[in-house]
Amino acid sequence: MKSKSKGKVISQKILAPGIYDLEIETTLASSAHAGQFVGVFTDDASLLLPRPISICGVSDDKKSIRLVYRVAGKGTDKFSRLKEGDEVSLLGVLGNGYDTEKIKQLSNGTPGVLLLGGGIGIPPMLELAKELKAAGVKVISVMGYRDDKTFLLDEFKKYSDTYVASEDGSVGTKGNVLDAVRENNIDFGCICACGPLPMLKAIKTFAGEKTAFISLEERMACGVGACLGCVVKTTAVDHHSHVNNARICTDGPVFEASEVDL
Amino acid sequence: MIKTEVEIAGIKFKNPVMEGSGTFGSGMEYSEFVDLNKLGAVVTKGVANVPWPGNPTPRVCEVYGGMLNAIGLQNPGIDVFMERDLPFLEKYDTKVIVNVCGKSVADYLEVCEKLTGDSRVDALEINVSCPNVKEGAIAFGTDKKALDDITRQIKAHTDKPVIMKLTPNVTDISEMAKVAEGAGADAISLINTITGMKIDIERRRFALANKTGGMSGPAIKPVAVRMVYQASHAVSIPVIGMGGIATGDDAIEFMMAGATAVSVGMMNFVNPYATLDVIKGIEEYMTRHGIEDINEIIGCV
Ligand SMILES: Cc1cc2nc3c(=O)[nH]c(=O)nc-3n(C[C@H](O)[C@H](O)[C@H](O)COP(=O)(O)OP(=O)(O)OC[C@H]3O[C@@H](n4cnc5c(N)ncnc54)[C@H](O)[C@@H]3O)c2cc1C
Ligand SMILES: Cc1cc2nc3c(=O)[nH]c(=O)nc-3n(C[C@H](O)[C@H](O)[C@H](O)COP(=O)(O)O)c2cc1C
Ligand code: FES
Repeated sequence: MKSKSKGKVISQKILAPGIYDLEIETTLASSAHAGQFVGVFTDDASLLLPRPISICGVSDDKKSIRLVYRVAGKGTDKFSRLKEGDEVSLLGVLGNGYDTEKIKQLSNGTPGVLLLGGGIGIPPMLELAKELKAAGVKVISVMGYRDDKTFLLDEFKKYSDTYVASEDGSVGTKGNVLDAVRENNIDFGCICACGPLPMLKAIKTFAGEKTAFISLEERMACGVGACLGCVVKTTAVDHHSHVNNARICTDGPVFEASEVDL
Repeated sequence: MIKTEVEIAGIKFKNPVMEGSGTFGSGMEYSEFVDLNKLGAVVTKGVANVPWPGNPTPRVCEVYGGMLNAIGLQNPGIDVFMERDLPFLEKYDTKVIVNVCGKSVADYLEVCEKLTGDSRVDALEINVSCPNVKEGAIAFGTDKKALDDITRQIKAHTDKPVIMKLTPNVTDISEMAKVAEGAGADAISLINTITGMKIDIERRRFALANKTGGMSGPAIKPVAVRMVYQASHAVSIPVIGMGGIATGDDAIEFMMAGATAVSVGMMNFVNPYATLDVIKGIEEYMTRHGIEDINEIIGCV
């Protein structure tokens, strides 16, 4: 059951320049999963629409969620000022999330599942790594950063074999996540990825015959499938409008790469 | 006991609160938040004779106190709508108003004819005011002759009450309201969105792929109230008012301007319970001011 309700800020930390880590106590936590997101509202009536932010973590007691976000504009700038005890309105839980059962099957035992995160696409991969490890899946994470200002890496190491790439070569492989996969000869059963569109396009090609689950972004208004603002072209007829346009907020944000036309 | 029932074209609505076409799907998506039985009516997303893919993305963006959209009327077409969405809505004790769009008069007529005699539909709202599609829609709503013609033809092809949905993108809304009334419309609804534009100055690009989009939200409310006032004083058919309604007080304002009923549009995205909050707010206003029948305040200023 989706709802809009008030959450309470437990803590907020800075992980890297412009990257914030917000822990919020909310009833939404009880049904939140990897790959899903919430709509976060500001208290400014001129900025009306919810900002979609992915679930980066769900606490073990299922009482709070963790959001890791980059300050990108007015709304996220407001979020960065939230302090312990502040109230924040959330709409959720939104989106389909990753199907861990299916990933488990496709991970094919020994090779495991390859998680690829680029930039601000890294945070949602953390909850996925945690859920997959708990489901007994072997997880390999390759995270790509711009430079040595990395974040969340130590936590990925708890759940997975972890590799790093950086654009400027200051940590790990110089280049992108796929460069790191090649350099380390990483084998895998299937891929899960979130990051900028060029990265996702490259992953779709790279995956070849293997399945890649990718998490997409688009400008959103309602977040619940009503406004038809957030569509992506699909190879098959979509079930809602029958026009090969699926709604990222409800049919996604996670799609099999072969289903969408990027 | 307060009375919130209103009547439009012989249809009795349990209260004057509906939602704006295109902001509520066919009710399914928001039925997780709102008990549809509580609404005066559900107004569905525009439906054409065949499926429409809509515009390229980005289709939506935020603006100060509102948003722009250029969805381009993506819809599954009337056949899927009748097979899937009407059976869903039939389960609820509310009125169903189907919003109809088309590229040509023939497109509109095809949809209207298919719905004629269908007891699951209470009224048709004809969208001659969408600013986001190249053919049809707004072209019929900005030209008096075209509006007169399409209204007459639709009236001749359906047994359902016809509500003409007007655009604010005209010089004189009273004139357009009179044309619709003269051509036989049973009611009018307004306003549809106001054509706007947003430029992303960091990227030197239009925020919307369509360049222009329709503006909605609280920022357009004063324009909408003014137009509802002008239109309702120009005609004797009922007016359904909309544009930025977020609260019961907003709804009361539209009704005092002359609206018999109101629709909540983009504020559903901000507050998925907005329709229920508006109904509650209206009742609270009535209690506070000792008003027994909501009809007392319609056009009272
Ligand atoms: C499904 C999904 C999950 C996301 N998860 C995360 C996450 O975990 N961490 C993170 O840092 N960011 C995430 N984003 C991107 C995040 O939503 C935007 O950075 C944020 O909305 C920017 O808001 P703003 O007010 O700061 O920027 P402004 O540019 O001031 O925002 C203006 C409007 O544009 C929208 N907007 C701006 N950028 C984006 C964008 N990239 N995607 C969608 N809408 C945008 C805003 O929501 C707002 O409505 C996600 C986006 C989507 C669609
Ligand atoms: C995303 C979106 C989609 C819309 N789609 C339609 C539509 O299909 N048909 C129509 O007649 N009006 C459509 N509208 C217009 C609304 O019904 C309403 O007239 C307008 O948004 C003003 O009301 P508001 O400010 O409360 O949103 C749409 C508006 C929005 C924001
Ligand atoms: S944001 Fe409205 S349909 Fe996805």
